[in-house]
Amino acid sequence: MDVFRHDIVIVGGGGAGLRAAIEAAEKNPTASIALVSKVYPMRSHTVSAEGGAAAIARDDDNLELHGYDTVKGSDFLGDQDCIQYFVEQAPKELALLENWGCPFSRNEDGTVATRAFGGMTTKRTWYAADKIGFHMLHALFQHSMRFKNIVRYDEYFVSKLLVEDGACRGVAALDIRTGEYSTILGRAVILTTGGGGKIFPFTTNGTIKTGDGMALAYRAGVPLKDMEFVQYHPTGLPGTGILITEATRGEGGYLRNSEGDRFLVEYDYGVGNKAELGPRDMISRAIVQEIEAGRGLSGAYGDHVLLDLTHLGEDKINSRLPFVRELANVYIGVDPVTTPIPVRPVVHYMMGGVDTDIHGATEMPGLYAAGETACVSINGANRLGSNSLTECLVFGAAAANHAMDYANGSAEGNEASLRAQAEEEAGRVENLRGRKKGGERISEIRRELNLAMEAGFGVYREQASMQAGVGATAQLRGRVADLRLEDESKVFNTELITALELMNMVEVAEVLAVSALHRKESRGAHTCKDFPTRNDEEYLYHTIARHDPAGPRLGKKDVVLGKWVPEERKY
Amino acid sequence: MVEKTIIITRFDPDRDEKPRKQEYTVPCEDSWKVLDAVNFIKDEIDATVSHRWSCRMAVCGSCGMMVNGEPKLTCKTALSDYDDRVDIEPLANFPIVRDLVVELDGFMHKFESVKPWIIRAKEQAEDKASLHPEKDTFGQSTEELGNFKQFSMCINCMLCYSACPVVANEPDFLGPAAIALGHRYNLDSRDEGAEERHDIFRGEGTVFSCSYANECSEVCPKNVDPAAAINQAKFGTVIDWAKGLVLPRGGTK
Ligand SMILES: Cc1cc2nc3c(=O)[nH]c(=O)nc-3n(C[C@H](O)[C@H](O)[C@H](O)COP(=O)(O)OP(=O)(O)OC[C@H]3O[C@@H](n4cnc5c(N)ncnc54)[C@H](O)[C@@H]3O)c2cc1C
Ligand code: SF4
Ligand code: FES
Repeated sequence: MDVFRHDIVIVGGGGAGLRAAIEAAEKNPTASIALVSKVYPMRSHTVSAEGGAAAIARDDDNLELHGYDTVKGSDFLGDQDCIQYFVEQAPKELALLENWGCPFSRNEDGTVATRAFGGMTTKRTWYAADKIGFHMLHALFQHSMRFKNIVRYDEYFVSKLLVEDGACRGVAALDIRTGEYSTILGRAVILTTGGGGKIFPFTTNGTIKTGDGMALAYRAGVPLKDMEFVQYHPTGLPGTGILITEATRGEGGYLRNSEGDRFLVEYDYGVGNKAELGPRDMISRAIVQEIEAGRGLSGAYGDHVLLDLTHLGEDKINSRLPFVRELANVYIGVDPVTTPIPVRPVVHYMMGGVDTDIHGATEMPGLYAAGETACVSINGANRLGSNSLTECLVFGAAAANHAMDYANGSAEGNEASLRAQAEEEAGRVENLRGRKKGGERISEIRRELNLAMEAGFGVYREQASMQAGVGATAQLRGRVADLRLEDESKVFNTELITALELMNMVEVAEVLAVSALHRKESRGAHTCKDFPTRNDEEYLYHTIARHDPAGPRLGKKDVVLGKWVPEERKY
Repeated sequence: MVEKTIIITRFDPDRDEKPRKQEYTVPCEDSWKVLDAVNFIKDEIDATVSHRWSCRMAVCGSCGMMVNGEPKLTCKTALSDYDDRVDIEPLANFPIVRDLVVELDGFMHKFESVKPWIIRAKEQAEDKASLHPEKDTFGQSTEELGNFKQFSMCINCMLCYSACPVVANEPDFLGPAAIALGHRYNLDSRDEGAEERHDIFRGEGTVFSCSYANECSEVCPKNVDPAAAINQAKFGTVIDWAKGLVLPRGGTK
């Protein structure tokens, strides 16, 4: 087996991973940085982000406001020290991105333009028409290519963290093209593997978003945090789940029910032209309520409401929302210039993730996490749209900085023993490849997992259905160990990769289920019909879940409060 | 729902000497894209079929394949555009790794070779591979943005390489997307590296190899119009070369 040595190993080539790589490479030009990704970096799902990235930019804005909006958006579960750091670093990080070539849209005077977004007091979302993620990812990827000390492992799948004396010292990775394992050693490892929306059937996430990093850390004994909080974006296309960005409402679009009414006006999430710019958890609930009250529209892919952009006019749609127009045309056959777009709430983002501190450090020495796979937490119980791309930059850089300091002071691991761990892992996966004696197929287990998650952990949740979800995921964890695989080839065996991903998904889903069932209150995106209000006395803490062969073991972690005192969340 | 015969190219280098074709009968929903049919085969009929995809919303660039002989982004291409037999092959002009999966090494190499990043004069002078903000953000007018915006829309799907007659004969040709990318930076008002890149464009297998067949622009799913980029780059290279004869530094923008 090949053994490669680096100073830092970054797992993931999306926004967070690339930013971390650039920071590490720049901070220490003599250090060697491995960037390991299961897809070519420009395929990472950061590419799909449409709306924009938040940082204060205008005279009518300040750090205090961005901080408060984020804390309030999080339903007071965000850590205020982290949020403070985040809003302070955000403008510098976006300026760097601009310097590195990101083609931001501009104001008339040539400064970077900002747009309105949900839950944000003023316009602070920097955008590139409606393709910020695509442009951000490509700008970062292309900029990263100038650093000769970034060594890429494209299409390598990481399936295990290598741990020695309680410290993380590398990863075992499968080269998808050859089917051979490698040991990739580093004095520090940073997980930037993104979210896991694919555990749900109806999601904006691409097929690669399977929660791998969360499962890797969890199995290595590092806790996951706040996994019950799943963001439903209000406006996904029925059928495919493809996202129609919140920027449509930021630019003045309306949501309408079957009676043609701008129903959000009645819900009090914002006044006047801000009626549609409430936070996502609230707007998703409003849509479900409208549908349950019989004011939804029915279609081939279920009930929905309408996103009306027709009053914006063709010019504005073409200049600000051209991708939305393309997506609506190609994927639902609607031209938004003339016809409202059918939309319904869709699983979008995981607020929870690998538990880290403000520097991206986990409790395991040498292991860091950033981006959607991490839970710092600035997002608490509900993320504000456009904060997460900025989070990838701010905490990707922070994690790299701290990982580099840690790496400089730490000795190299014992190559023989780490390699032996990787060989054991290679053996496990080798036994899985083409495992015809197994029971069930990947597609069957995935379908069941998807159905269980949708039934138990929707926009509204109930104790009974969550209980059923807990049972289903625990049972699936047993069944996924007995998969039946057909493909015996070593070369580009995507069935094998999908099997490894499915095992990760089941693990993450079970933690999500158990965490959700335990939280007997309603906070942010976790809305429990049996306990309809927030309960700060009993539940103002982060949920911590630790791996145990019998199932997740739960604990608590204090929320870092500060100048913003929990209050009723009103818009 | 209609039944279609989907023909997939199969190739496993460990077993097959050359690619072969395999037919599958697939019950197709009316709303399906070509990719949905391949995914159906993978999930429900034959799990050994290998292909790449991720976003299914025409932005990650993974899912390019030949569909009835033409390079297509399969998550964007409606299956209903085809009759009852649909022939799906790996992208042309690339080595096959397996089944519908092609090798990107050559493409990535070309891509990196055009120095696709903002180059500043100051940094060139200091010979430093980093870029700290010289100021907050650069000013850029909407017009200046418009000069290069179109060429920045490339999703690296590589369809243009499959369509290009020059790539087919001259594998070392930089090719449409890479030239468009280099040109995109040359046109960016924040960039000062045009001269460096023009040295690259002047080399062998570059802009002057292009016979202006325009196939690349016709197949591009993102309207990048790489043919226009190549043409502009040719023109710019000639001018800069001429200027270079009389000026101490080549053409600046
Ligand atoms: C449709 C959509 C629109 C969005 N719009 C916005 C927006 O407008 N503004 C905003 O702020 N946020 C938005 N978000 C959220 C935001 O885009 C994501 O949270 C963010 O991009 C995540 O970036 P990341 O770097 O953490 O992960 P990703 O970009 O998902 O990258 C993960 C990386 O990890 C790699 N990886 C994963 N597992 C493994 C493994 N086992 N081995 C090796 N490599 C692995 C992958 O290959 C990939 O390179 C949007 C999200 C979606 C889905
Ligand atoms: S120029 Fe067009 S066809 Fe060529 S790689 Fe880019 S997006 Fe694809
Ligand atoms: S799957 Fe991403 S472009 Fe087709």
